[in-house]
Amino acid sequence: MKTSPKKSASSSKPAVDDAPSKISLPALTHAHHTRNAGTALQLDWFETVQVNLSATERRTATLGGRRTVKKTYQAAWLVKALQCIDLTTLAGDDTPGRVHRLAAKARRPIRADIVEALGLSDAPPTVGAVCVYPTMVGPAVKALEGSGIPVASVATGFPTGLTPLDQRLAEIRYAVDMGAGEIDIVINRSQVLRQEWTALYDEICAMREACGPAHLKAILGTGDLRTLRSVYKASMVAMMAGSDFIKTSTGKEDVNATLPVSLTMLRALRDYGDLTGEKVGFKPAGGLKTAKDAMNWLILMKEELGREWLEPNLFRIGASSMLADIERQLEHFVTGRYASASHHALA
Amino acid sequence: MPTVKEILNTMDYGPAPEADSPVREWLDHHRDGFRHYIGGDFVASSGGGTFSVANPARGEIHATVAEGTAKDVDEAVKAAAAAFPAWSALPGHVRARYLYAIARHVQKRERFLSVLETLDNGKPIRESRDIDIPLVARHFYYHAGWAELIETDIPDHSPIGVCGQIIPWNFPLLMLAWKIAPALAAGNTVVLKPAEFTPLTALAFAEICSEIGLPPGVVNIVTGDGATGAAIVAHPSVKKIAFTGSTDVGRIIRKATAGSGKKLSLELGGKSPFIVFEDADMDGAVEGVVDAIWFNQGQVCCAGSRLVIQEGISTRFLEKLRRRMATMRVGDPLDKSIDMGAIVDPIQLARIEDLVQQGVAEGGTLWQSDCELPSTGSFYPPSLFVNAEPASTVADVEIFGPVAVAMTFRTPEEAVQLANHTRYGLAASVWTENIDLALDTASQIKAGVLWINSTNLFDAAAGFGGYRESGFGREGGREGLLEYLVPNAERSLLPAHSASTPKLDAAPHLGKSVLSVPDIDRTAKLYIGGKQSRPDGGYSWTVTAPDGTALGEAGLGNRKDIRNAVEAAAKAKGWSGQAGHNRAQVLYFMAENLSARASEFTDRLRSAGHSKEVATSEVETSLRRMFYYAAWADKFDGRVHATRSRHLTVALHEPFGVMGLVCPDEAPLLGMVSMVLPAIAMGNRVVVVPSSTQPLSATDFYQILDTSDVPGGVVNIVTGARTEVSKTLADHDDVDALWYAAPRAEWAAIEAASTGNLKPVWTFEGDRTDWSSNAAAQGARFLRRATQIKTIWVPYGE
Repeated sequence: MKTSPKKSASSSKPAVDDAPSKISLPALTHAHHTRNAGTALQLDWFETVQVNLSATERRTATLGGRRTVKKTYQAAWLVKALQCIDLTTLAGDDTPGRVHRLAAKARRPIRADIVEALGLSDAPPTVGAVCVYPTMVGPAVKALEGSGIPVASVATGFPTGLTPLDQRLAEIRYAVDMGAGEIDIVINRSQVLRQEWTALYDEICAMREACGPAHLKAILGTGDLRTLRSVYKASMVAMMAGSDFIKTSTGKEDVNATLPVSLTMLRALRDYGDLTGEKVGFKPAGGLKTAKDAMNWLILMKEELGREWLEPNLFRIGASSMLADIERQLEHFVTGRYASASHHALA
Repeated sequence: MPTVKEILNTMDYGPAPEADSPVREWLDHHRDGFRHYIGGDFVASSGGGTFSVANPARGEIHATVAEGTAKDVDEAVKAAAAAFPAWSALPGHVRARYLYAIARHVQKRERFLSVLETLDNGKPIRESRDIDIPLVARHFYYHAGWAELIETDIPDHSPIGVCGQIIPWNFPLLMLAWKIAPALAAGNTVVLKPAEFTPLTALAFAEICSEIGLPPGVVNIVTGDGATGAAIVAHPSVKKIAFTGSTDVGRIIRKATAGSGKKLSLELGGKSPFIVFEDADMDGAVEGVVDAIWFNQGQVCCAGSRLVIQEGISTRFLEKLRRRMATMRVGDPLDKSIDMGAIVDPIQLARIEDLVQQGVAEGGTLWQSDCELPSTGSFYPPSLFVNAEPASTVADVEIFGPVAVAMTFRTPEEAVQLANHTRYGLAASVWTENIDLALDTASQIKAGVLWINSTNLFDAAAGFGGYRESGFGREGGREGLLEYLVPNAERSLLPAHSASTPKLDAAPHLGKSVLSVPDIDRTAKLYIGGKQSRPDGGYSWTVTAPDGTALGEAGLGNRKDIRNAVEAAAKAKGWSGQAGHNRAQVLYFMAENLSARASEFTDRLRSAGHSKEVATSEVETSLRRMFYYAAWADKFDGRVHATRSRHLTVALHEPFGVMGLVCPDEAPLLGMVSMVLPAIAMGNRVVVVPSSTQPLSATDFYQILDTSDVPGGVVNIVTGARTEVSKTLADHDDVDALWYAAPRAEWAAIEAASTGNLKPVWTFEGDRTDWSSNAAAQGARFLRRATQIKTIWVPYGE
């Protein structure tokens, strides 16, 4: 019954170990992630699902008290979190220059002396991906050339997803053409609120097709869905339509990633896996800012899904400011002194 | 320590030990042995004896404590008794300040107390830190509030005196708080004995009492084993016993206190159901199971140890549960990433192992987490028997360990039937997203605490306590506080008079020949199930006036008549389910019909020797009392407790079910009316043993019942020799509660006989009660004694 950490570790090493030097296929870091084949829409898999808010909150509220990671273990876990970060810039003032700076940080997220002190100099960690708007994919791909770090692009009328479907699909194709290895699509929330499951399923299927080889990460916009039941149902439909990842939020809703929403999505993901044998990744995004947040989500992943979901092929964290806090924590681990942000490179 | 690179592969949690050096230093400081806390001083055992206390996770002795002798207990009780007059006379506000200081100091020492609790008990630091100790502080805050409010909000009550309190080892400091906080708030003083396995936090608490300057003798802590507890129970100056522990010991205490007049509250064992309906949040319910049976290593009296799962989802549910079991971590309880710590003692571990082996031997299918267990100390893995049949031992007895049994049901009716199929009635957990089903199930389950879509929720503002053999009395809330107060009315008694138990003569009574046309002979029968019936034994006795004049004959009821009456009462369930308004109408109608026949009843009382004024007044007061309880029938509301946010916490007043009412010889009509009316107004069905000396008012009364639409079986009347038929009532396992309003000398036998099903028995001196006085013989306190509180927790949110 017990998951053997050793076994799962050997089947999915950290992605950076396998990062090839060429960049012809941006999706190479997914080498160990078999894509989700999806299924026909099966309403009976989710229509009667029940999610009790208070019970969900109790689980997430106590989780932080049930597990804790200290000292060297904590340092390692923070490195792991860093490797799972989709380092993100999604702002109106993004420019190629801004993206270039972010890419440089993605390549070397931790100061070399700290990497050395952690004993990781032979394979310095990098972040999981860099996530940008479609028009910034080109500059990002260029800036990350040779790093093995994939570029993820939001698409489909981000953040609301309310532009015409043709345009949304065209946006995906554009980003893929520009070299994006991952597409973070937004679902049409009105279809969830109106329970139009077939329409939602068909749209996501079309998006998956438009993605071609690029992996599809479906952003549910859970802050707009509001109820955990809707979150579960939307997760299921997105997975049936072939999403490789399900992601909580755009970062632009009033409420972004929360632990109860994440737990509900993970439970859907686990149920989907039981029903199909497929492994789907999870990406919380928006509102995760601190190293402590990173630990909470890693613990949630390990407890609910097991060791296998602690790798960037199945877990990403959408964040921008979290990295700086992780760096400071790692410096503290190495030096024993509390660190200043100004001692670390800007993202 | 592995390297960062290695950990990046394993992603293990690694060790996360809570530092324990401040507590170890404290233990070291006390290495010569801990002492009792008596009269504000720390004193050694008068016998010089000590016993060892072990850390169950490491299997090593970590303290020596004083062995409490009867003399130690006597000293402690004397200190408490000496402190009582001043303490109880303090303004509530002053007591509130002391309780507030205790709450504050518990918070200031929160980590110290958490670590100490974990060292002594073996429970995970996560639980002592996040659950036990915060609840301890909360309990003292809450009761600091009551100390402030009692004078104005609960008037006409006074403290009881010295309270003896005996607590278990599963939540050592929390149980202490549940006992001491309300006792002190109400103005009592206490002698508390912590469990012999886990006395240390109580002794640390004694130091806190000293630290805040609590007056000497208000709190006394005596350590020891069962013999020490027995000395507390037996001490004549102890006026109340509060006990939390096993049902077996509860029985011993009930027996030991029988006839003593000590107030008693018992919080005992359980085998609580955890019901999962097919429309439940399954993953939520799986986590619920973890919190229900693997919380505190399953050593929880209200643990949800019987999983009752709807058949259609049981396979999927158990699959999810099994997967969840695999992530449970058992080990050093001081490690912050541990779900289950150590079983409190090797003796308990052996008991759990034996029961599990027995379950396997009886054909049970056992699942256990294959988590690693430490090589030393008392540890046991999370365990589950699937497909357990109710007939198996493990499905029936309280294991008091991390072992659940799972069984399936088909319909909601069957779920309730399985849930109630137990001698216990402490708690239940019900999982469904259908509020109708949730509340319907909650209303039918016989338990003191109901958790909807949740489990093991506690708060100082909510009552906690059981139905049936899980004990009686509540802890927490206003209802818990009332266990430590006495209504002043109960203390104002008429002077004692020599009431001898009448001898009922079954032989023909010689009389004079009647020369004129004789009255038509009347036959008073028993009244059972709405029908008049002859006594089973075929005997009658002659009822006489005080001057010896024969007034008629009454049936001499026996055991079988009581059995039949209880059966009839048990069947009349419909009455308990009626709306208060409907019951009120019946009660008003009784008054209407009694009023129409008032002169007849007055004459009957006069024939029994009452003056005209007294007889008229007794009938008139009976009418008023009927109106009084008819008025209450739809107004004795429950409460909504202010516990946690978004947790509707409702305390319902539920009838016991079948009550035995043994009425006083005095006031043959009014005494009976004063007892029957509150009981049936609340929805109980009753078996009445009327006045032994003058039962004919009662037998006349069944004609009132017949004409007032009182459903058959709601009121049953068995005339006869009081002490004999009452004993059958007292030891009858289907009688849920008993009132006994007769001379004190008779109490011991009745209370001792009640231990079979541990029914609450209210004994009071009916012979010294002024039944004509509203202050003495009517009031909401009668309704409180006619009901038990069911607390239903309904967390909500969308």
